Amino acid sequence: MNQSLRNSSDWFAGFLKDTPSFLKHTLYDKWLVTGLYVVSIFSALAVSALLIWATDGSWRSVFSAMLDGSLSNPGRWGATIGESTPLLLVALGTIISVRAGLINIGQEGQLLIGAAVTTFIAVRIDHPGPLILTLALLGGLLAGALWAWIAAGLKYWRRVPEVLTTLLLVTVAAQLVGYSLKTTTLLLDRSPDHANRNQVSDKIPANIRIPRLTIFGNEFPLSALVAMALAVVLAIWLVRTATGFRLRMLGMNQKVAHRVGVSAVKYGMAAMAVSGGLAGLAGAMMITGGDFGSYTFTAGFSSFIGWEGLLVALVARNHPLAAIPMAFIFGSLRTGSGFLAATGVEREISNVVQALIVLALLLPPAVLYARERRKLLATVKART
Amino acid sequence: MNWDFFEAIGDVASQSSVYEGGLRFAIVLAFVAAGEWIAEKAGTLNISVEGMLLGGAFAAAAGLHITGSVIMGILLGTASGLIIAWVQANMSHRLTADQFVVGLTLNILVLGVASFLNSSIRLDTTRAHVFEIPWLVDFPLVGRALFGQRWPFYLIYLVVPLCWLLLYRTRWGLEVRAAGENPHAADVSGIHVNRRRRQSIYVAGLTSGMGGAVLLLGQVGRFEDTIVNGQGFIAIAAVIFGGWTLRGAMFGCLLFGAVNSFRLTLPPLGYKINSELLSSMPYLVTILTVAIIATYARPPAALARPFIRDLE
Repeated sequence: MNQSLRNSSDWFAGFLKDTPSFLKHTLYDKWLVTGLYVVSIFSALAVSALLIWATDGSWRSVFSAMLDGSLSNPGRWGATIGESTPLLLVALGTIISVRAGLINIGQEGQLLIGAAVTTFIAVRIDHPGPLILTLALLGGLLAGALWAWIAAGLKYWRRVPEVLTTLLLVTVAAQLVGYSLKTTTLLLDRSPDHANRNQVSDKIPANIRIPRLTIFGNEFPLSALVAMALAVVLAIWLVRTATGFRLRMLGMNQKVAHRVGVSAVKYGMAAMAVSGGLAGLAGAMMITGGDFGSYTFTAGFSSFIGWEGLLVALVARNHPLAAIPMAFIFGSLRTGSGFLAATGVEREISNVVQALIVLALLLPPAVLYARERRKLLATVKART
Repeated sequence: MNWDFFEAIGDVASQSSVYEGGLRFAIVLAFVAAGEWIAEKAGTLNISVEGMLLGGAFAAAAGLHITGSVIMGILLGTASGLIIAWVQANMSHRLTADQFVVGLTLNILVLGVASFLNSSIRLDTTRAHVFEIPWLVDFPLVGRALFGQRWPFYLIYLVVPLCWLLLYRTRWGLEVRAAGENPHAADVSGIHVNRRRRQSIYVAGLTSGMGGAVLLLGQVGRFEDTIVNGQGFIAIAAVIFGGWTLRGAMFGCLLFGAVNSFRLTLPPLGYKINSELLSSMPYLVTILTVAIIATYARPPAALARPFIRDLE
């Protein structure tokens, strides 16, 4: 198996073979596919506009405020990139678990645990420097992996569906983090001169922060580049290596994987741990990157990044490279919603827009599949 | 923590308010679990019940706010559950989108829409009035819990038996169970598998929407976007806990309800326990009990597997 994989000479063919079905359709039915996508995205936006109109808002000002907040105004690109970085990381984690046929939907909790452990290491170890930063990021990654691994363990030892455990563990994680934020030995701010030090951690020291870059007046943390590099690595790993191939086999057909000798327990557990680890890393990079909570850890720190990263993976149809632009789009919806206060429309509308877009993007592939199937059925019938 | 665990249980168990609170929580779960049980028997692990519960609660609040009648609130809540079920069913069992993906997206969408509308419109709502069944209510300890609740709670005595009758005493129910156990055999014998699955999701939508309405009108009284907070998922856990029998699922709901009221009544009785541990107790107990039970129960054979007919 190894050998045959290495022998396939055409580099691009590997990607193409693995393109999600909706991209394959574009190869011969470009107009239909584009049309379907345009129509469904347009209707998602139209439904959101209708909702705004129904609550006496002006949809024009909402959409233009969102555009101002995410892209048009100077320096906003940087903020958007900063917001999309953890989204991308969470999405990459989701992609790994989905490709292995597992449904990890507890990223919000894994992210919180990762961020908490990172904060603990960064704040409580008195030896500042890049070494501690690496250690803190690694700690966040491992903590997220461990949290997801609980669900994987319960799945393979006790046959509990991982959909359920990952979800229930989100609430447990939130409570655990809440507890550690009330305890001085864990995370609670120690400095007595703070007026309101309820459920707030110490600030992360200046030299344990991820350096920030400035390009054309747009400032964003270095972690954005790391996340994008990880996306590329993941895309190559999934289609060009034997382990990636086995992982996909496990996700596509468990029986075949079993016959070939791919251990569902081994690969499943690893996939789950990596998936949670990436969510934990997202949390770690959020706290040390500076775009969230200005370097202090609070109870509501995750601010739905875990859930939205999940949506990014869905919209990218589990393709790591497609997740990069999708994360950017979702990040811009987040930064855009920050500018909504002036329009008098509640900022929750951005969540509605996001979910509607995801729902709308689920439709075209399904419709295309149904159409394909009908065609095939017709040819089968004609033959008999 | 220097307190005697069993003494605490004894203290709590002798309070009639515990049974009241526990049953209130359990009944909302039971509405959801009854419908979810039917959907799972047909082969769908329907995770959008969380959204149906929240949608039902919001629609009930809106219905009560607009019309001023509790009955309209319940009807509207039930209807909104059905609408969410319609989207879920048709996207996962008519088109071929993944059922978990659709369910998850619907949960997020409903949460977004409900919290958006809730912060744009102020809803004036109250709870339905208490209806006491004469002299049964005086039964010691559990009388008030079973027969002295707000009246929407009594709908559960209708819904659960109906769900059981539907699944075990009708032809439709037989076909639904066949679709969940062996869809290909069912298909060959002339059952429209995906149609039965869609219909079973509609049933789940109806009961979960009603559950949401009961949650709002009978328990909380004011809509907030945090009132559901994972109860739909706990109801799914109750179905698994019950080994895919209705009896077991109802027992699971009662157990999780008991745990919840346990955590609510311990602090007033003077027990000092870590509040975070208490809040996460229902979830931890759910995970632990399901982990113990899940290996012994046999799920419907085609649970969470989409049915696509072969070409020939």
